[in-house]
Amino acid sequence: MLMEAQASSFFQIAPWIIAFPLLGLIINILVGRRFGERFVGIVASSAVGLAFIVAVLQFISLQTHPHGISVRVAEWIAIGQLDTSWTLRVDTLSVTMMLMVTGVSTLIHIYAIGYMHEDVRIQGDPGRYTRFFVFFNLFVAAMMILVSADNYLMMFVGWEGVGLCSYLLIGFWYDKGEGGIANAVAGKKAFIVNRVGDFGFLTAMFLMFTAAGTLQFDQVNAWVEAAGPAQAAMISAVALFLLLGATGKSAQIPLYVWLPDAMAGPTPVSALIHAATMVTAGIYMIARSAVLFSAAGSASHVVAMIGAATALFAATIAVGQFDIKKVLAYSTISQLGFMLAAVGVAARVAGMFHLVTHAFFKALLFLSAGSVILGVEHGLHHHDGDHAGFNPNDMREMGGLRRRMKVTFGVYLVGALALAGIPPLAGFFSKDEILLEASHEFPLVYILLTAAAFLTAFYMGRQVFMVFFGEPRSDAAAHAHENPPVMTIPLIGLATLAAIGGGLNLPGLHTLSDWLEHTLGHIHVMDFSLQVAGISTGLAVVAIALAWLLYGRSPLKKGEEDPLRRILGPLFTALNHKWWVDELYGALLIKPYAALSTWLAETVDWAFWHDWFHDSVIAKGFRWFTGWLSEDIDKKVIDAIADGLASLTETLSRRMRVLQSGYVRTYALSMFIGMILLVSYILFV
Amino acid sequence: MNMDLILFLTLAAVAVITAVSMIASRNAIYSALFLVLNFITIAAIYLLLDAAFIAMVQITVYAGAIMVLFLFVIMLLGAERVEAETRLTWQRPLSLVLGFVLLAEMVYLLFFHGGGSLPVVHEFEGAFGSPRSIGLVLFDSYLLPFEVASVLLLVAMVGAILLVRDERKEAS
Amino acid sequence: MIIPIQYLLALSGILFVLGVLGVLIRRNAIVIFMSIELMLNAANLALISFARTIAPAEAGLGGQVMVFFIIAVAAAEVAVGLALIVTIFKLRHSIDVDQVHTLKG
Repeated sequence: MLMEAQASSFFQIAPWIIAFPLLGLIINILVGRRFGERFVGIVASSAVGLAFIVAVLQFISLQTHPHGISVRVAEWIAIGQLDTSWTLRVDTLSVTMMLMVTGVSTLIHIYAIGYMHEDVRIQGDPGRYTRFFVFFNLFVAAMMILVSADNYLMMFVGWEGVGLCSYLLIGFWYDKGEGGIANAVAGKKAFIVNRVGDFGFLTAMFLMFTAAGTLQFDQVNAWVEAAGPAQAAMISAVALFLLLGATGKSAQIPLYVWLPDAMAGPTPVSALIHAATMVTAGIYMIARSAVLFSAAGSASHVVAMIGAATALFAATIAVGQFDIKKVLAYSTISQLGFMLAAVGVAARVAGMFHLVTHAFFKALLFLSAGSVILGVEHGLHHHDGDHAGFNPNDMREMGGLRRRMKVTFGVYLVGALALAGIPPLAGFFSKDEILLEASHEFPLVYILLTAAAFLTAFYMGRQVFMVFFGEPRSDAAAHAHENPPVMTIPLIGLATLAAIGGGLNLPGLHTLSDWLEHTLGHIHVMDFSLQVAGISTGLAVVAIALAWLLYGRSPLKKGEEDPLRRILGPLFTALNHKWWVDELYGALLIKPYAALSTWLAETVDWAFWHDWFHDSVIAKGFRWFTGWLSEDIDKKVIDAIADGLASLTETLSRRMRVLQSGYVRTYALSMFIGMILLVSYILFV
Repeated sequence: MNMDLILFLTLAAVAVITAVSMIASRNAIYSALFLVLNFITIAAIYLLLDAAFIAMVQITVYAGAIMVLFLFVIMLLGAERVEAETRLTWQRPLSLVLGFVLLAEMVYLLFFHGGGSLPVVHEFEGAFGSPRSIGLVLFDSYLLPFEVASVLLLVAMVGAILLVRDERKEAS
Repeated sequence: MIIPIQYLLALSGILFVLGVLGVLIRRNAIVIFMSIELMLNAANLALISFARTIAPAEAGLGGQVMVFFIIAVAAAEVAVGLALIVTIFKLRHSIDVDQVHTLKG
């Protein structure tokens, strides 16, 4: 019994990575409510935990079979040229994603057990607890389908699935939010904006099938490599449409607008879906299509530019936000820009590296922010403070929390430093590698990314100083307290990962590069550049110092204005209002579209079709027709026939009645007449 | 022209005249009496045709019993006269016309059409119509009809009594 | 001694027609009845005439036997018919057949 044979057999259990979360959600749907919150939470977390173990087993199997394997589950569509199936592709790239997603998901599920227990009581509907974990498990299942897909169509199924779960979870408190519908509106926005991206993905698939006749990764790659210059336009088109899909899912320009609104969902949702996993799907998809993007040179440049531009753009907005989660949301958009830029300059390993480390510290930051928010909410309730108009997310209401929530402060600090790119935390290594590659391949991108890195450090410093330092600016903050271990322990776990995550691909060791090389092909590894690392670290330190100057040295007091507003003036307003992009979209796209649809609905559909055509033409015409039928035909002709027959019969019988005179002699006479006629007949005929 | 023919023609004339008189007479008793004469005449013609027994039966039963019965009823009901008014004024002319038509047809059939060939009257054969020969045939070949006829007479008797008796029973 | 059968049959026919006319023309129920008897007689005459023409005497007698039965039946019929007339007279107090015309359309 060789280790090899044993290891290779783990591949066959790969489908369980999807099946376990599905099983979890089915159990919760059927019996969850009966057994209570603890049961639901444990089932859901165990389901994802088991999926993680399956991923680990795949990892072990890949040690001996580094080139990966396709595990076919079932036939799907086999019509004409199209032959797709439910097949899992277990190779180094997908297993990287599997491990990261299931691992982080398990921690966040555990955190959510405690968080949602509080949240459903704050919002006032404890019955919704089970539903949350059902949706959460469904999300993990869909994400696994996306990540383990062997062809674009199956990946698209997962793509749509995570989109759906995102919608369901953003609008989890669909009856809350501003005006009672704000959360539902945010969910709708996410879904619809993602749809635009999905349109790109679909078009790319259609073009791919038309040109290559297949949707399977390996076969498409083979087609790309064999394609001549004549197909260059098609390859570029496919690449650009895939990019459109990626900008939708991974929240890049121009389709990023849904992500900040998605913060309306509960914090575990923001952490898992909108930081660590779903939003990385676009990056993963582009990394998967590496061969395609390498062949479409100009498209790759577009990818890189969009990534870099988004990184800087989002970072500027993050500087001017006061909502703790909004800062993190724009930070996510910015970091996704980093990753997109990385895969755009063909630094795919760097992109994947940053994807993994970003998952660690961004999830950590979101969960810690959730912890902070809950803590402040507790403070509000315990102190019986003024509920009306109090926004627990607002950083201006916080302050001095490092004394009251020590663990949260500790892990938040780790996360913030990691994000800022301070060595030796994880973020430094991954971000540095991206900058290194960019500096060699695409200098403009390098400059933009560096600027974004500077701003990243600055706004994280601003946030940490505003939330945790100084004096509490509200009664709620003054009475906030730490959260139970079911929430703090996952935080510590994530913090550890954020701290040591850099070890995945240390310069010199290149473990991740070697690992991913088996799938992505030859990877050119750059040498460590002290210059690039030094510049980025230096800028980060400068940024944090600047933040300390503004927010740390003389901390903000209650009701005091943000010092940045004084310095930047109208620029700060622009930053705070997100450069009015939503308003721009509204005026440019939504209002005309709404006007068009209203016009179509009211004028064309109601006034024209309904009122005029239906009522005047069809209804009236029909009524005239039936009237004509009933009056002229039914009454005049048919009734005449019927009545005529009746009156004819009546007349006839009235005439014939006379024969029955009652006189016997007459009867005898008629008999006699008959007899004569008979005789005559016999005689003469 | 032989004696039988002359005799026959005379008797035929009498029969017709009495018949017409019977129909035309206003008085019912006269009609009955004329009918009696008619029957007797017919009986005489039967004799000419060698149906002696039948002739006697005719006189006995028809003229003697049936007509007597008629007279009884006429007397009983006192129906000598008949009212003049009738609504069916068109009946008489039409009936006469039709009667004449039928007569014409019969004459035509008998004398002109040929009507196939009518059979010839045979010679007298001794005891052809005598009671003895009638009786031999009657009780031999026609026994069943004879018995049935007796039942028929019984039924008629009972019926006649019943028809008239019921009312008297209610009256008492 | 030989009478042409046509004469006999003609006489029978005349008597029959007279009987029919009597039925159709007269309104007295009893006279109508008597006319019916006349018709029967005419038929009897025809039968007797034909009986004379069939060759074997026994077969020819069949006609006379038939007449015998007809007379018997006529007797029975008269009995019942007159009883009916008497009954109707008791109801209607009239033997004019035109008075019995209520069964009409």
